[in-house]
Amino acid sequence: MTSFAPSSALSSPTGAQHPEVGPLTNIDVERIRNDFPVLHQLVNGHPLVYLDSGATSQNPISVMEAEQEYYEQRNAAVHRGAHTLAVEATEGFEAAREKVATFVGAEADEIVWTSNATEAINLLAYSFSNASLGLGGPAARRFSLGAGDEIVVTEMEHHANLIPWQQLALRTGATLRFIPVLDDGTLDLLAAADVVGPHTRLLAFTHGSNVTGTINPVAELVALARRVGALVVLDACQTVPHLPVDVKALDVDFAVFSGHKMLGPTGIGALYGKAELLADMPPFLTGGSMITTVDMAQAEFLAPPQRFEAGTQRISQAIALAAAVDYLSETGMQRVQAWEAQLGQRLVAGLAEIPGVRLLGPGVGVERLGLAAVDVAGVHAHDVGQFLDDAGIAVRVGHHCAQPLHRRLGVTASTRASTYLYNTTDEVDLFLATLAEVAPFFGVKQ
Amino acid sequence: MSDLQQLYQTIILEHAKARHGAVELTPLAEAVALGAAGGLRVAESHQINTTCGDEVTLRVSLGAGDAGDTTDSAVTDLVWTGEGCSISQASASILTDTLRGLSATSARALLDNFREMLRSRGKIEPDEEILGDAAAFGGVSRYPARVKCAMLPWVAFEAALIEAESH
Repeated sequence: MTSFAPSSALSSPTGAQHPEVGPLTNIDVERIRNDFPVLHQLVNGHPLVYLDSGATSQNPISVMEAEQEYYEQRNAAVHRGAHTLAVEATEGFEAAREKVATFVGAEADEIVWTSNATEAINLLAYSFSNASLGLGGPAARRFSLGAGDEIVVTEMEHHANLIPWQQLALRTGATLRFIPVLDDGTLDLLAAADVVGPHTRLLAFTHGSNVTGTINPVAELVALARRVGALVVLDACQTVPHLPVDVKALDVDFAVFSGHKMLGPTGIGALYGKAELLADMPPFLTGGSMITTVDMAQAEFLAPPQRFEAGTQRISQAIALAAAVDYLSETGMQRVQAWEAQLGQRLVAGLAEIPGVRLLGPGVGVERLGLAAVDVAGVHAHDVGQFLDDAGIAVRVGHHCAQPLHRRLGVTASTRASTYLYNTTDEVDLFLATLAEVAPFFGVKQ
Repeated sequence: MSDLQQLYQTIILEHAKARHGAVELTPLAEAVALGAAGGLRVAESHQINTTCGDEVTLRVSLGAGDAGDTTDSAVTDLVWTGEGCSISQASASILTDTLRGLSATSARALLDNFREMLRSRGKIEPDEEILGDAAAFGGVSRYPARVKCAMLPWVAFEAALIEAESH
């Protein structure tokens, strides 16, 4: 795929000069920041401090260049047409799949492109729904659900990994159950052993919480599912961008993640599925590019992953996502993980020092993602966010698409700071110092 | 005054705490029956700001208009319950102070003025003569993301008023 040499190789991100050589430092991070133009601006008169990567991450120059290069030189429809550009576009598109697959430890034909992780989960839910209607023949019966079957999720799920399953249960007559969350924001694993039972057909849970930063014990949960023969769906949106993830080592059946949370563009995500499972699943979206033979009454479908990729695909996005994966790989995911773990611990240690601030989820010393959500006593999250924005600090406020978890933790909304490989310890400190000024500004006495 | 202080004027922060008109609402059916016995039309509206989850339920009691004007009615009482940011809570509090006692026609006119000011992105100076304390939300109009917060109880009022008039 010489025609698709990642442009990151040309712009030489910092990581390329220091591949996995010792932990990242603030000096490395300053160099990394030079690859992210958006970070170098004033917001409300202050240098932007971007602490909302949990919602969407920023793009390095190499990612934007890859997308631009595609449109300038190779734009064509993939998997159709015999002209040179069509061949090059197809090669780039499939090389991107291979790269992303390798990044998460999968085979290329086990990666299905979707618009985002939400669509990936809906693809599963609707494929299972179709299987429940008898589509896909006898081979798809293993995905068929009905009355008496149970789908299990957790109380900490993002709405994207909850509502598609609620709807699937409504369509099929299956029952939705959930593993409860403890006061400290972690899963109640004792209860999990009861909830995941003989009727469980499917267990869907998040690898890392987008609210509490908790990293769930995948092996333990997978073991519960295996014991009863249930399929496992892993929401890896908050982990694939931030730490090394190997879907084979985790032994999950399906995993989903989003491109825009991992330095890539919006409009692309991926579904990983074990080859033998994808092979037996009926399609969700149907139309062009996913068929072999068609007559006026019926159609035969292609093998995965094309079976699940109807219509013109997200070609530029896939190619740009591959550039993002290059950037992350060259920096080194273990270094990214270690740096963010350090930022995460700095966050929670600092938060513990601010009166009236309650951290949601596990505290100092417990393994967590590089993010933290808090409740500031007496000040609504929206007001906290406004105060921080005035100082140029971008955070997420609200329920972060996890209303049930917020309700469980006794709050309606929270303020979340989420870091990435381009955040410095100074930025974390500035966030903490500014957060400490919030309650006094709003006249709340601690 | 900084933009932030313009947004969070003292009067707004005070109302966010004082929450005039905030009560624990009795069941609606009871309130409607009680109102009807006293010649009042009672209705309420529940509004949610989906961006942040803020909620306001505002209840309107509508009586006869001034001097037996049968074409108009009077906003005799306003109570609400809700949860949300200081802007939405202060807005509900100031709304009850501002609109209580007005004729439905005057209340609508004031609401229109308030909405126009909020949507002006800072271009329209709030008219204190018309808006009273609600003029304090002038700073909000420079923050498009917060206009919904300030409007939430007013949208609830608008819907509840229409509902009450239909009774």
